[in-house]
Amino acid sequence: MSTSLATRPPVTGVRRQQPRRRRRRTIAPYVFLAPALVLFVVFMLVPILYAAYLSFQTYKLEGGGILGTRVQVFAGLENYIAVLTDPELGAGFGRLAVYGIISVPLTLGLALLFALLLDVQTVKAKRFSRIAIFIPYAVPGVVAALLWGFMYLPGTSPFSYLTKALGWGTIPFLDDPAIFGSIANIAVWGGVGFNMIIIYTALRGIPTEIYEAARIDGANEWQIALRIKVPLVVPALVLTGIFSLIGALQLYSEPMTLKPMTNEISQSWVPLMTIYKMAFITDDLPGAAALSVVLAVGTVLVSALVLWITNRKSTGAVS
Amino acid sequence: MTAIARAPRSSVRPSSAPGSRPSLRARLIPTIILLIGAAYCLVPVAWVFSAMTKSRSELFTTFSFVPGTGLWENLSALFSYGGGQYGMWALNSLLYAGVGGVLSTLVSAMAGYALAKYEFRGRNLIFFTILGGVLIPGITLAIPQYLLLSQLGLAGGYLSVLLPLIISPFGIYLSRVYAASAIPSDIMEASRIDGASEWRIFRSMALPMMVPGMVTVFMLQFVGIWNNFLLPYVMLSDQESYPLTVGLYTLLSKGSGTPALYGLAITGAAISIVPLVLLMLFLQRFWRLDLLSGGLKG
Repeated sequence: MSTSLATRPPVTGVRRQQPRRRRRRTIAPYVFLAPALVLFVVFMLVPILYAAYLSFQTYKLEGGGILGTRVQVFAGLENYIAVLTDPELGAGFGRLAVYGIISVPLTLGLALLFALLLDVQTVKAKRFSRIAIFIPYAVPGVVAALLWGFMYLPGTSPFSYLTKALGWGTIPFLDDPAIFGSIANIAVWGGVGFNMIIIYTALRGIPTEIYEAARIDGANEWQIALRIKVPLVVPALVLTGIFSLIGALQLYSEPMTLKPMTNEISQSWVPLMTIYKMAFITDDLPGAAALSVVLAVGTVLVSALVLWITNRKSTGAVS
Repeated sequence: MTAIARAPRSSVRPSSAPGSRPSLRARLIPTIILLIGAAYCLVPVAWVFSAMTKSRSELFTTFSFVPGTGLWENLSALFSYGGGQYGMWALNSLLYAGVGGVLSTLVSAMAGYALAKYEFRGRNLIFFTILGGVLIPGITLAIPQYLLLSQLGLAGGYLSVLLPLIISPFGIYLSRVYAASAIPSDIMEASRIDGASEWRIFRSMALPMMVPGMVTVFMLQFVGIWNNFLLPYVMLSDQESYPLTVGLYTLLSKGSGTPALYGLAITGAAISIVPLVLLMLFLQRFWRLDLLSGGLKG
């Protein structure tokens, strides 16, 4: 489509071509949007609708016996009820919540702290610190989990090596309560740098005159950071907060990678692992679809809630 | 990071007012906290690079950060594993992330440009529908995508991983923001009067102006696809078409029975970090992350 536009020779008679030109202008945006729209419909809209459709279906055996064929029939809310009343899944959401409550505030808090410190004039070795903290962003979740996994594993852990040498025994990184911190730590490690850069970039966009005015009024660096810088980077914090939340709800590759190293992680440790198990191990596609829908709706609701709260707060602060 | 230096801010930052010079301790604390953060981020990397030099027995007996004697052995074991599978995985990752990143960037740039620079019916509807896609966890789509692609007979092939990742609502959003601020409408209007076609205006004027924004979108997409685990894990069954993430995962999950594979997984993880870190260090000067933080007004 677009090539036909490109090969058309440049037009010379401007006035005469006016009506045709205007028409071309009205189709041009649709042509530019076409690839994105086609891909959006095929790979996002249709899968969402298909998942929604599938979530109201169920498989029934018809004809009975060995010769019975599996047919798909309408199931109403059956799958949703099954999914929402499954105690193991509830426990999975609980584990996800514990993980999220540890990892999201820590990631954002550290990212904000590092960004504010990078913005302090007297800090030395800024470039080194910034790049070092950013490096984990380039490490895939699976590889990050693998690295930390070996650093948790009693046989290879440098931390447990030290505690053993001191006679304190190994640190149970991969056992029950500690495992939440251990997995959250992998996410914090991977997420701090990227969020720090976003917040830092927002900080660099603030005109310095504001700080000068505050200094003249007698504010110290600490007050400037808390009272001026932080409120001004709230949009960046909201953005990083929502991305961190969405990321937390999608927790999957870290526990999957750690699973071979510990008995603590079951096949349905977090909801996404349950979805995978339902779809590919227990062959319950409608159930997996229902759970996918629940998770997607939940994510949208949580994000909307965060946006709503922060909007209300920030408009409240202005008035 | 010149991108940051380019942010609107006077380059000479006046030092704090005389008389309020902070004490040495107050000046050192921020630096020390940042260096602790840097150390925290580098420790696992240092660990994996020292672990890859260790022979199998050294891995479990010597202190982690002491280099061992098995580097050459580990490397040759890694690259000969399964008939050179590791090299295949690395190439696959490069293919998925490279081709997927480029296509995704182009599709996003075109869509973002159209949404930013044209008035047309359905513009807001299209924009907000796509933007809603940012909130849908990409990963929740993986299973319906798998079901659809397997009905089309595409599941299991390279395309099944490549195609779903080309559409990036976030990339389109960023491109729109960038196009709105980087391309002046009056230049477009002037070219129209000079008789340039809409496609030509896009190709020879708008696209070059959008390059910094496109580099950012490309990097985000490249890293996102390179790091993706679930989609290839769901889609692919043939080990030959695995990317590094899925390949290393299978190594590790097999390794729980045979510690010999631990060494392979560690060496493989170490090697897999290198190209991406280098690429990022190289490309970071072209990033426009103020796109993300709302520094640009759309």
